[in-house]
Amino acid sequence: MEHMLNVSSNPHVRDKMTTGRIMQLVVIALLPTTLFGVWNFGLHALLVILVSVGSSVLFEWLYDHFMHKPNTITDFSAVVTGLLLGLNMPPNIPLWIPVLGSAVAIIIVKQLFGGLGQNFMNPALAGRCFLMISFAGKMTNFSVGENYKGVVDAVTGATPLAALKAQGFVESSVPVKNLFLGNIQGTIGETSALAILIGAVILLVFKVIDLKVPLTYIGSFAVFVILYMLFSGMGFDGNYLLSHLFGGGLMLGAWFMATDYVTTPITPKGQIVYGCILGIVTAVFRLFGGSAEGVSYAIIFCNLLVPIIERFTRPVAFGKGGKKA
Amino acid sequence: MGLLTFRGGIHPYDGKELSKSHPIEQYLPQGEMVYPLSQHIGAPAVPAVAKGDHVLVGQKIADAGGFVSAAIHSSVSGTVKGIESRLNATGSMVNCIIIENDQKYDAVEFTPAKLEDLSKEEILKRIQAGGVVGMGGAGFPTHVKLAPKDPSKIEYVLVNGAECEPYLTSDYRRMLEEPEKIIEGLRVMLKLFDHAKGFICIEDNKPDCVAKLQELVKNESRMEVKEVKTKYPQGGERCLIYATTGREINSTMLPADVGCVVDNVDTVVAVYQAVLLGMPVMSRIVTVTGDGIQQPRNFTVLTGTCMEELINAAGGLKNNAAKVISGGPMMGFALYQLNVPCTKTTSAFLCMQEDPVSQAQETACINCGRCVSVCPGHVLPARLATFAQHGDMEAFQKFDGMECCECGCCSYICPAKRPLTQSIKSMRKMVLASRRKK
Repeated sequence: MEHMLNVSSNPHVRDKMTTGRIMQLVVIALLPTTLFGVWNFGLHALLVILVSVGSSVLFEWLYDHFMHKPNTITDFSAVVTGLLLGLNMPPNIPLWIPVLGSAVAIIIVKQLFGGLGQNFMNPALAGRCFLMISFAGKMTNFSVGENYKGVVDAVTGATPLAALKAQGFVESSVPVKNLFLGNIQGTIGETSALAILIGAVILLVFKVIDLKVPLTYIGSFAVFVILYMLFSGMGFDGNYLLSHLFGGGLMLGAWFMATDYVTTPITPKGQIVYGCILGIVTAVFRLFGGSAEGVSYAIIFCNLLVPIIERFTRPVAFGKGGKKA
Repeated sequence: MGLLTFRGGIHPYDGKELSKSHPIEQYLPQGEMVYPLSQHIGAPAVPAVAKGDHVLVGQKIADAGGFVSAAIHSSVSGTVKGIESRLNATGSMVNCIIIENDQKYDAVEFTPAKLEDLSKEEILKRIQAGGVVGMGGAGFPTHVKLAPKDPSKIEYVLVNGAECEPYLTSDYRRMLEEPEKIIEGLRVMLKLFDHAKGFICIEDNKPDCVAKLQELVKNESRMEVKEVKTKYPQGGERCLIYATTGREINSTMLPADVGCVVDNVDTVVAVYQAVLLGMPVMSRIVTVTGDGIQQPRNFTVLTGTCMEELINAAGGLKNNAAKVISGGPMMGFALYQLNVPCTKTTSAFLCMQEDPVSQAQETACINCGRCVSVCPGHVLPARLATFAQHGDMEAFQKFDGMECCECGCCSYICPAKRPLTQSIKSMRKMVLASRRKK
């Protein structure tokens, strides 16, 4: 026959969405908070982000190249990892720190466990936590340069969340409005709840994520904080609650890192359970733990629970247990 | 009230505008006629003619090979050229009766009947004699389906006019042009089940059909038109039953277990013809469509017609046609040769200029869960496909792999372009084979 026809198993049509496109959408959704961070903290923040993204992609390429594997940098997942890592850096960090973080994230956490889809915890957060433990001083130094546009906490000069931890919400603390807008101290990408929420809307509109994990995460966290306020004798304090919700890494973590596909249960019920556990663990770390922050550790801790959550939340197959009439 | 639907499913490009406005045309075959002995589920039919015999239109040329089987009738008059193995649309070689068409269309005498005069047994006998099978694609013998253990427990007869497969418009044209036949066929079926109501189920992307049939059932106390949400696989038996009655069946149950009988609109018309006109299944409506064909059409086609003739009747393939599919894009079979016969279950020939499957680059699963969210069987396709690739039959069954209905939603939606349905299908076949061995 003069005309050769393709043959394949059904179905013969495919959705247009690809892994690469999903990753690109995540990058686009991260742009508002990235741009805000650069505006807020100055050019060094941009350098940190560029170095972080660049080194992540480089390590991915190097690993593929030397292990004789197909080149996977075109799927943009290394860009996402590098960008998230960069956004989790203090703005004035020495540039070799994100490079080291990228190496840990890409080579150890991701590639050595089998590459994309096989990492057991979020590479960017694992990289960050490695740096937090190894270089605690540098990673928690949120001092700002002269280009800084935000407000400095009048009381302690620390991040709003650290101030909150040290003395609770006081009138002289940074106003909640600033926490929401983001002109405060913190890591490059976590400060502006508004910019992060704009990104979240992008993810939701393009159906990259759904609301299950972020809402259960933020919701259970808020409930726990409210219960803490009521039972610790502090009484309900709206400003305290909002400072916890908009301060620190909760927004970035809930919308962009807890929703990481690979380290989230695939089962719908599991995602709800996962979000609830995340909220509680984060609140426990923040309220009772040694440091003001808790999101990063909470997420990588819960990443480890994913297999067991999945096991107990397998959906009931359609018609299973149906009664014969 | 919200539209009737189910959980899961997808919204692929539906392509129906290519052929939906073309009225049904009769196509008369030119070349030899090929009648596969296996065009239904169950035992193959047994030839009742021999080489050299002269046959007439409507003459039985093969007897049912058992109870779950169906007779086959000639759709032309002519001479039997032989019985030999030929390629059919599913890609396998099947024994076929070959008939040389004399173009005279001399017919046997059909014996019409009035529904009032027929008993339930006689109705079933006439359906069986007519070789009626499920014409939506599965080809399950209709006389078996319509004879459940306890007919008095059947509460709903569902006429499946969802036509959820993209591109297909044969059921659409049937409902638009011959809705009376559907009503008459349903009336016949309702006579078999004293306590049943008849639902004609149509997706809401066919409002003209809904309106037409609603007008016709206005004075029918036992019939109702149910508008269901446009979503693939709405026309799947399990999804349709759930959407219209709220009842669920699993892979080990039959619709009759929840008091339902589901038949495609074309099957219902075949029932009408077999019971009231005494005519066996000799033709069906086939949509020839896609961006790879010159002039998309809907044809009434005699069974046994070579598909290549239909393609030519629709102006032929475009030069860059990459893929030809028997059936719809979701569940159809890709063909590597065009000289395959139309059977009772051939609903369409879809010719595509581009083949997204061969263009797709398979990458690693990122656990995004899209396959889970679209799966109408509520299983975990990503996990099942992994078990299938590892050959882990035990885990595959434990994770309800046998509840998959092979609709293809998971492969369609997968952003990593993994052939999930294919892996799961292969594994299901292996499990079924190993169960038969025991």
